[in-house]
Amino acid sequence: MELIQLAVPVLLKGLWVTAALTLVSVLIGFNLGLGLALMRLSSNRFWAGFARYYSNVFRGTPLLVQIFIFYYGLGEVSLIKDNALLWWVISDGSRCAVLALALNTAAYTSEILRGGLMSVPTGLVEAAQACGMSRILRFRRIEFPLAIRQALPAYGNELILVVKGTSLASTITVLEITGYAKRLMSQTFAIFEIFAIAGILYLVVNLLLIAIVRSIERYLMRHEAQARQGISTPRVDGSAVV
Amino acid sequence: MEFGLWQVWDAGWVTAILRGAAVTISVGLLSMVAGLLIGIVCGLIKWARIFPLSLLVDGYTSLVRGVPELLVIYLLFFSSVEFVTKVITAFGYAGLAQSGYAFVIAVIAIGTISGAYSTEVIRGALASIPSGHIEAARALGLPGSRIFHRIIAPQMLRIAVPGINNVWQTTIKDTALVSVVGLQELMRISYIGANSTRHPFVFYLIAAVVYLVITLVSQAGFDGIERLLRLRARR
Repeated sequence: MELIQLAVPVLLKGLWVTAALTLVSVLIGFNLGLGLALMRLSSNRFWAGFARYYSNVFRGTPLLVQIFIFYYGLGEVSLIKDNALLWWVISDGSRCAVLALALNTAAYTSEILRGGLMSVPTGLVEAAQACGMSRILRFRRIEFPLAIRQALPAYGNELILVVKGTSLASTITVLEITGYAKRLMSQTFAIFEIFAIAGILYLVVNLLLIAIVRSIERYLMRHEAQARQGISTPRVDGSAVV
Repeated sequence: MEFGLWQVWDAGWVTAILRGAAVTISVGLLSMVAGLLIGIVCGLIKWARIFPLSLLVDGYTSLVRGVPELLVIYLLFFSSVEFVTKVITAFGYAGLAQSGYAFVIAVIAIGTISGAYSTEVIRGALASIPSGHIEAARALGLPGSRIFHRIIAPQMLRIAVPGINNVWQTTIKDTALVSVVGLQELMRISYIGANSTRHPFVFYLIAAVVYLVITLVSQAGFDGIERLLRLRARR
């Protein structure tokens, strides 16, 4: 009981750091990933090649290595040491962790979104072209909504991987749930209890994320729910989106 | 920078890094095998819904897949470290406690994590075997063990290959995490090298390249296996 009184407030303090790290990295990572997915699908060979190498490199190496390169490694490069802005980013553990996590999740996100974008039927895109939609309008109204619908379940899994990834920030001095848990474990020796509390916090975060993703999914798929209820909707191969 | 690379070559770090890579690969392979054994047993339990056991398996997979790997490693390492060092020193192998013990715990920890992911892959593969095949085998009066290794296992393995590839890729990357408890694998060697030569950028970059080579080579291997299986299936 005493242990719970000691550990829970500390771990809750870590929870906010974990949540903040996740949120910022996901916000940056999603946009970067979208950009990379578009680069990958573009007809420009240079951009497509760059995006492919980027995603292979970031998916092929452990996140821990990436975090260490950013935190310990980049300080050695004089170009970055002399640039005030870049130095500001990498001189702090949490900013470094966000940078590494965002770049890492961008690679995975780009693969997920690429799959979603490729699943958009070409007929719909051609129809939009025939209607005279500009490229940006077409992307905004036709391709992106259909792609995100397809990609959302896989993206939910990626979000959980980001939450788990934030635990690595504890290796570069950031005290989030895992960092505090490790400290408490070595202070109190109540290893199993601390693990249980920290584990529950992570599971709650994950369940919350899953619930959010599910509700977004339901919102995006609301036409299907209506169709199932027998309300007639104009629906030819999902073209009711326009 | 150039100086850093030269220093790495000159001071014999290359052999140290290669030795670390060998440790990484062996931890990865052993954990993968352990994980697959766990995965096959738990996957079968989950698939066949053997009642009280399936609840336990559900708990295991959702816990391990939802909680950061690092936390699982801390749990397994810290909870056993005192006990095991005491036992080993009592038997007079204090030196072994440093190297061998970390290796064993690393394999157990990574194997536990890898096993949870394998369970899901195996369960998915089992679920996609048409139930007609199993019913037909049963109608022919084949005993359960024959059904398993003539009908279920071959189909399951073929379907599971892409999933197993994914699990292997994450497993080999997860081995980097055991460096935090002091096992001298690739990541730990790079850490030591980075600290003693003051060239962290060079060392971590080399580590990244070695990991990349490992994942790319195994990706090519799995592509080959998949092609082979597809050819055999067509025949």
